[in-house]
Amino acid sequence: MIEIKNISKSFNGTQVLEDISGNFDRGITNLIIGASGTGKSVLLKCIVGLITPEEGEVLYDGRAFLKADKEEKAQMRREIGMLFQGGALFDSKNIEENVMFPLDLLTDMKKDEKLDRVNNVLNRVGLENINKKMPAEISGGQKKRVGIARAIVNDINYLFCDEPNSGLDPRTSLLIDELIQEITHELNVTTIVVTHDMNSVMGIGEHIMYLAKGKKLWEGTSETILTSGQEDLEDFIFASKFMKKLRKTL
Amino acid sequence: MKSIGAYFIFLGSMFVRRESFSSYFKLTINECISIGWNSILIVAITSTFMGAVTTVQTAYNLVSPLIQNYVVAQVTREMVVLELAPTITAIVIAGKVGSSIASGLGTMRITEQIDALEVMGVNASSYLVLPKIIAAMIMYPLLVVIAGFLALYGGYIAGTMTGILTETEYVYGIRIDFNPFTVSFALIKSIVFAFLIASISAFQGFFTTGGALEVGKSSTSAVTKSCIAVLLADYILAELLLN
Repeated sequence: MIEIKNISKSFNGTQVLEDISGNFDRGITNLIIGASGTGKSVLLKCIVGLITPEEGEVLYDGRAFLKADKEEKAQMRREIGMLFQGGALFDSKNIEENVMFPLDLLTDMKKDEKLDRVNNVLNRVGLENINKKMPAEISGGQKKRVGIARAIVNDINYLFCDEPNSGLDPRTSLLIDELIQEITHELNVTTIVVTHDMNSVMGIGEHIMYLAKGKKLWEGTSETILTSGQEDLEDFIFASKFMKKLRKTL
Repeated sequence: MKSIGAYFIFLGSMFVRRESFSSYFKLTINECISIGWNSILIVAITSTFMGAVTTVQTAYNLVSPLIQNYVVAQVTREMVVLELAPTITAIVIAGKVGSSIASGLGTMRITEQIDALEVMGVNASSYLVLPKIIAAMIMYPLLVVIAGFLALYGGYIAGTMTGILTETEYVYGIRIDFNPFTVSFALIKSIVFAFLIASISAFQGFFTTGGALEVGKSSTSAVTKSCIAVLLADYILAELLLN
């Protein structure tokens, strides 16, 4: 479980996150949602330590992350896998080398063992025969899958996904969402997904935190989100004409 | 002043939480190829012409019956070894390698590849930058040696083919009153220049924010700042080691 306590962050005097607290349980897909510019990605980067908040603490299964020293932080980060918005695959390495990278750095496994592991995770995310291709040679959806494979290749306890559907068509988005949810259940990891895609929210939102203007306005599940009664959240959900029509039917 | 402080903090950050020796070794070899081997052609072309032009222009300025022809070669040697081979080559390398380092790291930054390394618990500055600096400090002195030889050879071809001086005069000129310390001085300068070019360019690229436009700006800034640092260091080293 990941617990965040009173996270606040500002940039050049602009408050981006204000006193955000919450729990993200293991084994379910936790979503942080909100409109663009509401601080979702900043919150995720605070949780993984890429940005240091001015106030607050992040607890990884009770272990304080932000106050940990560099060695402890490095150790905790080795339990983390992260899928970035654009995949963040290393351009100079092929797919196999990209996925093997965490194993090369963080384990003492033999080459054959590493290769087996890489092939297993690539198969798990539905990719075959692309080991020797370079990131520039594969599609956006495949990049996301490779990103997931790299994130889970090491034995991780925490999986973070920053807008996993950005730039993907609805069908591929759905497949990526399902893959993230399946992996979360299979590996029993604590997963946090940042998204503003309502298909993802309704599809895999087992626990949802809604942010607006840097504040947490609502928490719940995909079953309760449509009847939250939270005006700002309803405006976010029913933003399109289609959803406005749907709202009238509810 | 703030960015100078940030630069030194950046340099310090490379020496904490280092990865295994083997991972640095492989990366350093790759960087040696990228920085050294891939720069040989441009260094060879510039240094050969540099030597040729130096010989021709020295001869043009030393028109006197009191000055013997071999002095042209002697002046060429001193200029090439003391200044042109290490410094002009450094400017060329700042343009080629410096911009490549800055744009490479800048692109990694804006595409979140550096963030990906940090999330994995890897010290990104150490992992990405230290091999580049080590490789530059190994390969650049070798490039300077090549540049020196080719510049002297360029001077020989230009001098003898245009009739400025004979082969014997040129060889005599580059051998007479030779002080071996000038070579040591050139090599010391080359190591310092290599460190400055690689570290300043990496610093500019590593902290790129924004998009493709900013990567271009970082690259330009890396070349400009590296060149200024090289010229400043050139003067300081000359004062310290020659006076």
